[in-house]
Amino acid sequence: MKKMMTKKAKQNAITYGIVIIGFLAMQLLSATGHMSSSLSGLLIPFCYYVILAVSLNLVVGVLGELSLGHAGFMCVGAFSSVFFTKCMENVITNSVIRFIIALIIGAVIAAIFGVLIGIPVLRLKGDYLAIVTLAFGEIIKNLVNVLYIGRDGNGFHFSMKDSLSLGMEPDGQVIVNGPQGITGIPKDATFAIGVILVLITLFIVLRLVDSRDGRAIQSIRDNRIAAESIGINVTKYKLMAFSVSAGLAGIGGALYAHNLSTLSATPKNFGYNMSIMILVYVVLGGIGNIRGSVIAPIVLNLVLDYFLRKMQMLGNNVVLQFLSDNRMLVYAIVLIVIMLFSWSPKMIEWRERVFHKKAKEEA
Amino acid sequence: MAMLEVKNLGISFGGLRAVNGFHITIEKNQLYGLIGPNGAGKTTVFNLLTGVYKPDAGSILLDGKDITGEKDIEISKAGIARTFQNIRLFSQMSVLDNVKVGMHNHHEYSVLAGIFHTPKYKKEEALMDEKAMELLKVFDLADMAETNASNLPYGKQRRLEIARALATDPKLLLLDEPAAGMNPKETGELMDMIRFVRDHFDMTILLIEHDMKLVSGICEKLTMLNFGEVLAEGATSEVLNNPQVITAYLGE
Repeated sequence: MKKMMTKKAKQNAITYGIVIIGFLAMQLLSATGHMSSSLSGLLIPFCYYVILAVSLNLVVGVLGELSLGHAGFMCVGAFSSVFFTKCMENVITNSVIRFIIALIIGAVIAAIFGVLIGIPVLRLKGDYLAIVTLAFGEIIKNLVNVLYIGRDGNGFHFSMKDSLSLGMEPDGQVIVNGPQGITGIPKDATFAIGVILVLITLFIVLRLVDSRDGRAIQSIRDNRIAAESIGINVTKYKLMAFSVSAGLAGIGGALYAHNLSTLSATPKNFGYNMSIMILVYVVLGGIGNIRGSVIAPIVLNLVLDYFLRKMQMLGNNVVLQFLSDNRMLVYAIVLIVIMLFSWSPKMIEWRERVFHKKAKEEA
Repeated sequence: MAMLEVKNLGISFGGLRAVNGFHITIEKNQLYGLIGPNGAGKTTVFNLLTGVYKPDAGSILLDGKDITGEKDIEISKAGIARTFQNIRLFSQMSVLDNVKVGMHNHHEYSVLAGIFHTPKYKKEEALMDEKAMELLKVFDLADMAETNASNLPYGKQRRLEIARALATDPKLLLLDEPAAGMNPKETGELMDMIRFVRDHFDMTILLIEHDMKLVSGICEKLTMLNFGEVLAEGATSEVLNNPQVITAYLGE
């Protein structure tokens, strides 16, 4: 018994270790002046991509349901946390404390949205669930685009029409300005905080999967009817996985937003493309494989970044333009290749041959 | 008092009366068989007993407690566990975890306790590990505790399913065609095992089976179901020699 526990703990320790070693390597690079500017710009994105991929893996890999609305929860976390930061900009001057509170607010509100959306949506399964979560993600993005919130001496004003209809005093300040979003955000996010958030996300997800509740969630994935027959409350555990995942996506969104000076909800950052991109990370890293979700976003981004820079050096502007315009095309191709790799009979045969060879050598 | 007392149980699907006026009384520690031709409604009776379907008539008393129309979760907590005709294991989970999920409602701790590994978490997990390993030892699966359930051979999957059902600490165990797909030798081992489970866990067992060797070998009483209605019931030899049962099911 003891031996097995330590084996699981060892696997988890390796995952934490990868993150910490990655962090130290990056610190070393920047301390010795070897960090390129494009790479240093990717450090915080790495953190929120990993958080988003790990949290989506909780729904896709552990619960076994396909959700395409992850960017919607990220959007909720981003806007609610930045709204708090803007309101408290002059009240709490310590940026770290302000950011921690903003993160908690972003996570909690995103998790509440997860519950609210999860209650009607989780009655569906498979493709239907994917379609409806996709729709909810788009709805959240579009709602944020018509949201106007201002503040003056009398308090907060809301409108869904335009900033004039807020009816504020002359001294009022528009905080959320519809499609223009929120401007002048203090850049509270740092790489160190990002890495700590990645570690917290991993801690929550890995520990959850290895607990009584995590087993219940996995049992629903493997066989819902059998899970019900042994007294598992299917609705409760589906909602739990969905809302924890949404809350963690909220943290990812908050980290994303505090790395920008202007936050607006566009199809590019909170739309369908973002949800698909996170899904590509999850699939590339392996569905249900948490460590894979840590590695995949970083590797994929590094490869793309390297490729783009190579093209830039070669002065191949046509290819460069095409690639940066069609990032989604690259992701689509990656998805198709992975699908072929994991499901084509020829590939399965090949993998089994290689795998069995390894197993024999170990024995 | 009887362990299970069912009276006048019935359900319709559309215009089809799938089960009508079904009744059964099973005493504690009894090994009871439910037989009948394909489509007679045997599995439907199991689904009614475990709360998958809600009966539109009749009553179900488990150990004196009325569980008619309760949800499957409540019925599992009340003490009915089952296996399935086509094996339903948690295939991507380890053999040990399959059994531990079965103990879900007996060892509780909060989500936060699970995340922060509080002393309660450690205590409950250790207890679950210990109890699960004991069960696995009984079913000769202990050395495969870490294997994925889907990698077990067929016979062991059947045994694991029974182990998981027993992990819910039931009063009544329902086995849906436990010998399906087994050769005579495996069926013989299965018969010994069912008897062993009854004696070792002091269990009451109701099973559906088409294999008459198994039925006549281990069942003390039988109910024969035909077109959703009870055609015959009583001691095994009586039912198997009943002329109506022979015409409707066994053949001359």
